Amino acid sequence: MCDTCGCGQPGDPVTIRKPGQENITHNHDHPHPHSHDHTHESEPSHDHGRTLRVEQDILLKNNLLAERNRGYFEAKKIFALNLVSSPGSGKTTLLERTIATLKQEFPIAVIEGDQQSLRDADRIEKTGVPVVQINTGTGCHLDADMINRAVHELDPKDQSLLFIENVGNLVCPALFELGEAHKIVIISVTEGDDKPQKYPTMFSVADICIINKTDLLPYVDFDLEACKQNASQVNSHLQFFDLSAKTGEGLDQWFEWIRKQVKPS
Amino acid sequence: MHEMSIALNIIDIVSSQARAEQAQKINQIELEIGELAGIMIDSLEFCFEAASKNTLADGASLSIIRIPGKGICHHCHNEIDVDNFITVCPNCGGFGVEITQGKELKIRSINID
Repeated sequence: MCDTCGCGQPGDPVTIRKPGQENITHNHDHPHPHSHDHTHESEPSHDHGRTLRVEQDILLKNNLLAERNRGYFEAKKIFALNLVSSPGSGKTTLLERTIATLKQEFPIAVIEGDQQSLRDADRIEKTGVPVVQINTGTGCHLDADMINRAVHELDPKDQSLLFIENVGNLVCPALFELGEAHKIVIISVTEGDDKPQKYPTMFSVADICIINKTDLLPYVDFDLEACKQNASQVNSHLQFFDLSAKTGEGLDQWFEWIRKQVKPS
Repeated sequence: MHEMSIALNIIDIVSSQARAEQAQKINQIELEIGELAGIMIDSLEFCFEAASKNTLADGASLSIIRIPGKGICHHCHNEIDVDNFITVCPNCGGFGVEITQGKELKIRSINID
């Protein structure tokens, strides 16, 4: 079963590569023999057949794999952060700045998630830390199995900081545990301060909220305090960092938080 | 479109259960889906129909039980109904709720032949 579109064709659409590795793409043809104008009729009664109790969590497989990843991270004292946001919030720029400052202090590794291309992995590679790129094909999120395979490829050092940059999407990645220590949701001031109300699921599962591109605040109608209040109404435990990955404003507090997590005193 | 992943997970689980019972066909799948689980039912049904072709679950109907959201108010500690993540407590007017129910994503039973 193709995992990308659910068609009956075999194949693994997900590719995991390091920068410079050969491009492998998911490009089988997708005929659509089924009709899209189906209707769902009322429940047929089943006076035939046997009913079996299943009582199983649909995401059990992913959750178990995530726990396996978490156990591996804990054993190796790897501090894993799952960065989630809309496309274009500045995740990769924030990573570049963070790596440039902190790579002298402890080992850092990065897993990049995008539907296509090695662009982000190429950018991270220039910072000098190990990186693997997961391309999900048309998939909208990373899952625990992809992280398991990517970590195998990456082999991060003990006591390192592992950034997982999820696919740019404020909806789907909320449901898929990866084994991370924290989910960090990033919004930029160009997006609107009502984003937490529009995409509450993601804000409800995150521990940290980074508000990026604060250097643009004078030019946009973004109320920083209103945004934080909106986000806190969804999740009162959220911790905030306001920063500009471009100018460096506010980055010190973010770095300090990471230092404390990676090397708890 | 994470509903496709959810549909594929459902098909995996029910197919392996049905195979273990030497079933020829899955007639119905009973699901519990919480109101706060972040799943669009229409999208899930559409994905399920497409993804179940040529599996034991082909043609199976989905019987979906919606579980309403509930939570405990952080301020007054009463249990309240939660229909979204920005619920104001009707008792004390406070924000901040610990969700206790409504995030379910579970296969309850299957009917097989």
